[in-house]
Amino acid sequence: MKTKKSNLKISDVTSQNIGSGWIYSNIVKDHFFHPRNFLLKDLKLKDFDAEGQVGSPQCGDVMKIWIKIDPKTQKIKKLKWRTFGCASAIAATSMFSVIVTEKGGMSIDDALKIKPQDIMLRLGGLPARKVHCSVLCDKAFRQAANNYFRNTKQYKKIIVEGSKVVDKRLNITEQDIEGAVLEGAKNLLDVQKKLKVGVGDPKAIPEIEQLIRFYQEKYYG
Amino acid sequence: MQKIYLDYAATTPVDPKVIKAMEPYFSKIYGNAGSLHQPGRKAKEAIFQARKTITQILNCQPEEIIFTGSGTESDNLAILGAARALRHGSGQANKNFGNTARSGFTTGDAGGHIIVSNIEHHAVLHPCQQLEKEGFKVTFSKVDEDGLLDLDFFKKSISDQTILVSVMYANNEIGTIQPIKEIGVIIKNIRLDRIKRGLKTPIIFHTDACQAAGYLDLDVQKLGVDLLTFNGSKIYGPKGTGVLYIRTGCKVEPIIFGGGQEGGKRSGTENTPGIVGLAEALKIAQKNRIKESQRENKLRDYFIKEVSKNILKVVLNGHPQKRLPNNVNISILDIEGEAMLLWLDKYGIFVSTGSACDSQSLEPSHVILALGRPYEYANGNLRFTLGRETTKKDIDYVLKVLPKIVKDLRKISPVKVEINAKNISLPKTRFV
Repeated sequence: MKTKKSNLKISDVTSQNIGSGWIYSNIVKDHFFHPRNFLLKDLKLKDFDAEGQVGSPQCGDVMKIWIKIDPKTQKIKKLKWRTFGCASAIAATSMFSVIVTEKGGMSIDDALKIKPQDIMLRLGGLPARKVHCSVLCDKAFRQAANNYFRNTKQYKKIIVEGSKVVDKRLNITEQDIEGAVLEGAKNLLDVQKKLKVGVGDPKAIPEIEQLIRFYQEKYYG
Repeated sequence: MQKIYLDYAATTPVDPKVIKAMEPYFSKIYGNAGSLHQPGRKAKEAIFQARKTITQILNCQPEEIIFTGSGTESDNLAILGAARALRHGSGQANKNFGNTARSGFTTGDAGGHIIVSNIEHHAVLHPCQQLEKEGFKVTFSKVDEDGLLDLDFFKKSISDQTILVSVMYANNEIGTIQPIKEIGVIIKNIRLDRIKRGLKTPIIFHTDACQAAGYLDLDVQKLGVDLLTFNGSKIYGPKGTGVLYIRTGCKVEPIIFGGGQEGGKRSGTENTPGIVGLAEALKIAQKNRIKESQRENKLRDYFIKEVSKNILKVVLNGHPQKRLPNNVNISILDIEGEAMLLWLDKYGIFVSTGSACDSQSLEPSHVILALGRPYEYANGNLRFTLGRETTKKDIDYVLKVLPKIVKDLRKISPVKVEINAKNISLPKTRFV
């Protein structure tokens, strides 16, 4: 696997895997070893307009995002983050921060349209089993955006989750369960492998099981 | 760039002496040990000698050694094979162990009762889950916070329906060494008690000694085990080789059928170079084990002492003394194992982790969780396993690099777990 120079600031990162690729794409590797826009110092409240958080250390991933919005243009001027998680979680958050702040910043409305798949594409792909658990930054951002809308009294803009949240710790919705079933998950174990749902919130499990049965019936009869 | 391999528990390099011993059996002496002609007889002789070498170390008879294709296969043969042979109502005679058909069992354990520790390797746990589907009842016996089998709980779990017990000699993740002799005595007493009461249900004791084989005594008479598993790839021998010791009279059904090799217990053309290499590897490992154990013990204790001194919020997993000389298993809080592993990899240090992110199932290590440690600990887990090539200089390099990695990853982590020594299983977590 050849490494694009533009992606790598140091040269020795490939030396450990002579003749074989790394376990992730070169872009993931670059963002993991050189994360962009993470919050280095403890933040001063006035530097940011809102924050959002998702995940729990039990599940292996926690993401926190801070945003600064231009009040006139509603563009994202700054997005800082901190992540507890594996390489793909760190790289995904880093990439998300780049996507929303590059080229003068994305409008908050456009940024809300970013899907995990979009981040994955920019990262040059991720192992399938890692997508659901490590790409959580869009969800953390949604929370931050909602908090921003609340703080600036733009109540109409607050996005009420399109579907009900079933796991509060991971902010996993009915829609996420539906997606997992559509991707082939047949039971709680399969769904947990994809979403880790219920790991940090075991009380949610009976409802999750019911949802799995519901979507199983809906799509597979 | 330095390259420091600290994952010897995953697998070891093959000893050059082992390769030399194996070499003639690839293209020179290539006969099938089952053939009657000269090349076949030469291969058979090599296997005979290898078997003899192993019997001297295990203190057993040649026909009690079964060569298999891996440690996993030996574990599967032991668990599935013994349980199915001893299935209640199977009516199979089990000479010395006195199995006869019995009735009156509750429906829940129609097949019989099995006890294994809850920190066994998946090669034991997953066959047990298969047996549950076949009608056996399995108790996953708990360990204490140091990873030692809770003997009181274990003893209480044994019932008149218990036919099989499996406890690993030393754990692959945390290196904790189980009191196998003591468990052997418990099993022996159960057997005597059953005889006294006229009960004919046999009870078989298996131990998975894959991690122990390079460091501990494998004398099966002293250990009091009926079945013992070990393999080549953990003792500087060839991969794809394993042994199951089966005590005479202990009935084990095969899981692979065919030409009837290995006394019908494991069909398939004998892997002559593999068998020769495995025996040579075991011989070398056992010859040097005391000296090498002492050397690695020192390095291990130095590593543990220094890492606890240089990094805050580090917890050692597994018993501090009753552990393999090569095992250092720690949890570093507030950060995630895979991220640490990949940073260490970048610096040329190769380790493993029990973090959820590194497993196919995305479940964190069942061993770390079995210690009563919360998910936070399992996800921040790192395992360093030392070996023959490991020097103090290597450890010093790790001790130089690791604190820097931890510092950097903690900088970008929003998680701050507060360790409370009194209640380790319920840590408070802040997010900043």
